[in-house]
Amino acid sequence: MSGPLTPSQTVGPFFGVGLPFEKGEQLALPGSAGAMRIEGQVLDGKGEPVPDALLEVWQPGTGFGRTRTDSEGAFHFITAKPGAIRAPDGTMQAPHLNVTVFARGLLRHLVTRLYFPDETEANAADPVLNLVEPARRETLVAKNCGGVLRFDVRLQGERETVFFAI
Amino acid sequence: MSELEPPYLYPEYVGTRLRAPAKPLVHLPDGFHDFPAPLFPRTIADLDHDLTRQHAGEPIGERIIVTGRVLDSDGRPLRKTIVEVWQANAAGRYLDQDDQHPAPLDPNFTGAGRCLTDNEGRYRFITIKPGAYPWKNHRNAWRPAHIHFSLFGSEFRSRLVTQMYFPGDPLMPRDPILQSIPDQAGRARLVSRFDPETTVPEWALAYRWDIVLRGRAATPFEDES
Repeated sequence: MSGPLTPSQTVGPFFGVGLPFEKGEQLALPGSAGAMRIEGQVLDGKGEPVPDALLEVWQPGTGFGRTRTDSEGAFHFITAKPGAIRAPDGTMQAPHLNVTVFARGLLRHLVTRLYFPDETEANAADPVLNLVEPARRETLVAKNCGGVLRFDVRLQGERETVFFAI
Repeated sequence: MSELEPPYLYPEYVGTRLRAPAKPLVHLPDGFHDFPAPLFPRTIADLDHDLTRQHAGEPIGERIIVTGRVLDSDGRPLRKTIVEVWQANAAGRYLDQDDQHPAPLDPNFTGAGRCLTDNEGRYRFITIKPGAYPWKNHRNAWRPAHIHFSLFGSEFRSRLVTQMYFPGDPLMPRDPILQSIPDQAGRARLVSRFDPETTVPEWALAYRWDIVLRGRAATPFEDES
């Protein structure tokens, strides 16, 4: 049997019993060389926190992380910055993380990317960032807040995060 | 987008109204999202597929077997791929502090399981049939009985989180989450079928549900290698 794909459905509000796992937010050991903390909030179209979202970070060749938001819509990951990787067209992509977002109210998951604020030159040449209208690119670049990287995910509305079709 | 997939915004499902992106998704050229699924950093124990044996006693409810195959869109079985499930108990209550439905928790039921598919892509869970439960989407809203599934498949683009329903459930036509899928054929793909061959006499009814994930073959311009 083959054929049409099985459709997606929302992760719902009660995935806590099944999906998060201990230390899922750690793609690198805290305190290890290069490990950094990335934190943010998931916000809805009114700017309200989304307390029932699940985020996954996929770093090809490096690892996988999964964590949920808390009652303030906040999440964090510990990871090391990956290297630049070659794009399918041969150009170089700036270091980035692939971030997948699931939540109650999302009938399908969303895919976005997190770029690093200290990679100004590589980001300027990145083939994916260059596909995004300039005014929206900043939604994909984390901000350095005293050694912690800040990356908010705005599902809708003003400064809506850029999401990619998959 | 195919009529077999739900849209992001489906106003009848109230939760989508402030969470669906309002701006169009950005399309990347072929290949940018083609990378393999990660090694899943979570171990799977022998009994993780049996949700009825995670506590000292057996959970209350109708014991069932849920089984099927995980395939890619070209019909190839996905071997040794992880399948994660979670569900409400027989009374329609999740083991979750935010679940306020005044139905009893079951001290012998957590409601979460994991397994790896075998060499033919088969998965198998033993559990109890989940109960329907009310939610606040609209007046007198009830979710049909369902089991949540999470799958990775072979690559980033095959990731799927979805729900499996039970045949004949009268709540399905009234459920905006299932009805968000525009095409009847798409909705039908989420409904398991009663499986008398797998049913174990004197012990448990079985339901069969196959899952098709996007694979390399879903990229239309790529040659089969």
